[in-house]
Amino acid sequence: MLDDFMVRAALAGLGVAIAAAPLGCFVVWRRMAYIGDATAHAAILGVALALAFGVSIFAGVLLIALCVAVLLTTLSGRSLGSDALLGVIAHSGLALGLVSVSFLPNTRVDLMGYLVGDILAVSRVDLMVIWSGAALVLGFVLWRWQALLATTLSPDMAQAAGLTPKKEQLVLTVALAVTVAVAIKVVGALLIAALLIIPAAAARPISRTPESMALMATLTGACAALGGLTLSFAFDTPTGPTIVTVAAAIFTLTQSFSIISGRN
Amino acid sequence: MTPLIETKGLTLAYHGNVVLRDVNFALMPGEIVTIVGPNGSGKSSLMRSLIGALRPLTGKVTRQKGLKIGYVPQSLTIDGTLPLTVTRFLNLPYKRPAADVAAALRAAGVPTVADRQMIGLSGGQFQRVLLARALLDKPDVLILDEATQGLDQPGAASFYHQIEDVRRRTGCAVLMVSHDLHVVMAASDRVLCINGHVCCEGAPEIVASAPEYRALFGTGTQGALALYRHEHSHSHGPDCDHGHDEAAE
Repeated sequence: MLDDFMVRAALAGLGVAIAAAPLGCFVVWRRMAYIGDATAHAAILGVALALAFGVSIFAGVLLIALCVAVLLTTLSGRSLGSDALLGVIAHSGLALGLVSVSFLPNTRVDLMGYLVGDILAVSRVDLMVIWSGAALVLGFVLWRWQALLATTLSPDMAQAAGLTPKKEQLVLTVALAVTVAVAIKVVGALLIAALLIIPAAAARPISRTPESMALMATLTGACAALGGLTLSFAFDTPTGPTIVTVAAAIFTLTQSFSIISGRN
Repeated sequence: MTPLIETKGLTLAYHGNVVLRDVNFALMPGEIVTIVGPNGSGKSSLMRSLIGALRPLTGKVTRQKGLKIGYVPQSLTIDGTLPLTVTRFLNLPYKRPAADVAAALRAAGVPTVADRQMIGLSGGQFQRVLLARALLDKPDVLILDEATQGLDQPGAASFYHQIEDVRRRTGCAVLMVSHDLHVVMAASDRVLCINGHVCCEGAPEIVASAPEYRALFGTGTQGALALYRHEHSHSHGPDCDHGHDEAAE
């Protein structure tokens, strides 16, 4: 069954969508969409480093994504606003990555593949990495769910209840980095943030509790992955962007629903 | 009787600036203590250090072993992107028995809001839900940080009556910070007036007439307690022709 590239692509898309959606809810609730975006852009530097040192792309991207996420988390709110920091770190990472790749000898690197993803070229090994990463992220988020929610609401209140907000923040940061690392093959650096944010945003108008929002976001993500794959096959469009387009269409639907029914 | 929370020579800094120095303070079981002080006087920093959210620069905060603190924050901004019912909110970060949740909402004076969305509550309801949340732990001490900031005067007064009611029923100590001097002080056993250091402390009547307090709050709040009593000595009906606010003109 795994011999079929479409099956592998579908499984890869599902894995990433399932990991990204609940995490994406936190990204939306905590207004840290920019961190996801910046981490993903800078991941291109990770690709370059991985190619230069001959380590796996996953390891390179994970390392850089972790560095960037930690850097952004610790630096934001100091002397520079987070938007300015994003501008500096994300785009420096992206630019540095693109420059570094051009120095690589004897390597014809298909950078487009890393910018917009190449889900149809997912191998069995990739699939294993994606599902391990996804399981790790999902496990982390589910395990710390209550603590993460409490910290998101109010760090002081979480502290008073005996939690350590800094630790929960770190859990999110690591989960974000792992998600970026496993998603880069599927949707590419430019669209990873979309897979985090759009399903969560689409789920918001039809949810009354955080749990239902995470669940609806996961369903949206899964539909987008499978629908996008099918449509891209039928119309011969780039797969990653098609997946994001389907997610955007679902977002439009639920928003219209909420406007028409007068909720929120 | 041993104090619930005690500070010795406590000095606090915020962003590298010393905001409060050399505070020696003890909160005894069952008492209501109010901390007053102008903006930037170090009130909130003191609160945060008492709950352990702010590390002292020097000095020491000692909490009684196993002390349970119920903290009602100044305000809580719930992001509109986060769907959250009152019941779900009260089950954070730990799951509670449904009966406890219902009892806490009753004690806080909002028995009917359990299924409402947090962002759909009025200011007064919201603060009472925060109070209910603090009560869930059956705290030894309730800490309220400017808990009535968004409320109008009758709303604030009614909120403090609720606090007195909670103290009467549970016997917990209450420590609060507030600007609403005339409302809050009447409900307190003891008032601590601070401005970078402890200016004066004692029973509300004593603090209200202390020169240090007058110097901080000027003559505007002279007779703060009298003002409080005055406001409850009569009430204006809806068609009263001598309103106190401009909207009535």
